[in-house]
Amino acid sequence: MLAKEIERAGIPAVYVTSLPTVATMIGANRIVRGPAITHPFGLDEEDRRRIVERALDMLETDVEPTTVWEVDE
Amino acid sequence: MKAVHYLNQFFAGLGGEGQAETPPTRLEGAVGPGRGLAAELEGVEIVATLACGDDYFAEHEDEALAALLEMLAELDPDVLVAGPAFGSGRYGYACARLAAAAAERGIPAVAAMHEENPGVAEAAAAYVVPTAVNVAGMRDALPRLGALASALASGRELGSAGEEGYLARGFRRNYVAEKTGAERAVGLLLAKLAGDTRTEVRGDMDRVEPPPPVTDLASALVALVTEAGCVPQGNPDHLQSVRAQGWFRYDLGGADTLASGRYESVHGGFDVTLANEDPNRLVPLDTVRGLERAGRVGRVHEALYTTTGNGTPVVVATRFGQEIAGELRDAGVQAVLLSGT
Repeated sequence: MLAKEIERAGIPAVYVTSLPTVATMIGANRIVRGPAITHPFGLDEEDRRRIVERALDMLETDVEPTTVWEVDE
Repeated sequence: MKAVHYLNQFFAGLGGEGQAETPPTRLEGAVGPGRGLAAELEGVEIVATLACGDDYFAEHEDEALAALLEMLAELDPDVLVAGPAFGSGRYGYACARLAAAAAERGIPAVAAMHEENPGVAEAAAAYVVPTAVNVAGMRDALPRLGALASALASGRELGSAGEEGYLARGFRRNYVAEKTGAERAVGLLLAKLAGDTRTEVRGDMDRVEPPPPVTDLASALVALVTEAGCVPQGNPDHLQSVRAQGWFRYDLGGADTLASGRYESVHGGFDVTLANEDPNRLVPLDTVRGLERAGRVGRVHEALYTTTGNGTPVVVATRFGQEIAGELRDAGVQAVLLSGT
């Protein structure tokens, strides 16, 4: 719901979560799938770098409502 | 008649959050809340309990569903009962997905959870019996769940959601109303004036158009926001671990990283061991600072916004979002990296 309200205010917000189905249902628009509930940005710095880069790319992209991006291994 | 009952690892007695990765397991007979449920069933016996860890289901949904459906096919029950999951999002989601899959395969299925549980929207053709938001509602939920499960097992045609005590599924069935639309509308208006708001038509969650992307991230002010319950060590403002009453703003003070021992997560919806070893796993401040130095992002907003996103009613979470969005806008933030679990 935070993602949705921040985007309603006109600020692009990317939501990194391991539960994209729930994020889609509540109406978040920019969603990146994280690897796990207990560590959505992965375990090490390399994971983190890859996931954050993907999220930033999404902030720079025009998206349809409730778009989910995967992160490449 | 035979019932199969689905529970998560906690209610099945297999363990708490530490066991949330438990794969699907079959237990004989009724277990945990299944014993109370058994007493409410009429002519129906719980022959087996299927259990699965909430994290396992969420992270390996296809495998989990396949395994559970195979067990279900073998047991060939007259009804599947899932939960109650109350306000637990992951548990409710698992209950609803399994119930929906069972219903699709011709097994009558009913799940129980709070009406704002995200699982409700995933139940498809399965029935959902509403419950209180937490386990204190068990005693109230079981008789209603048992009654609906018994009716489903018997093959009796169910009446409307209101009559039978399940949440409307969004299906419309034609019937001849005793009163005209005009009379019913006036009746609803009078009821509303008396403080009882009802509807014949279920609304959907609203949608927001995605705002245009950031045009120049290298000069943009980027804020970090989280629903993962990250707070300074010791939780000085007593952020709730579930059903948060508010959100907090913490000054990052130029810190390069969310260091273990200085920050922790108090989220009550998952095992925070890994997160507390390195809170950057929930809010990647170290990585974002690196990208700030490298010029990939302009500046990191020196305030971290945090709350816990589990069990928060939609209307409350919406208010948190509006309040945080207002502050971000006033601060000139141009992009937000939000983390949930």
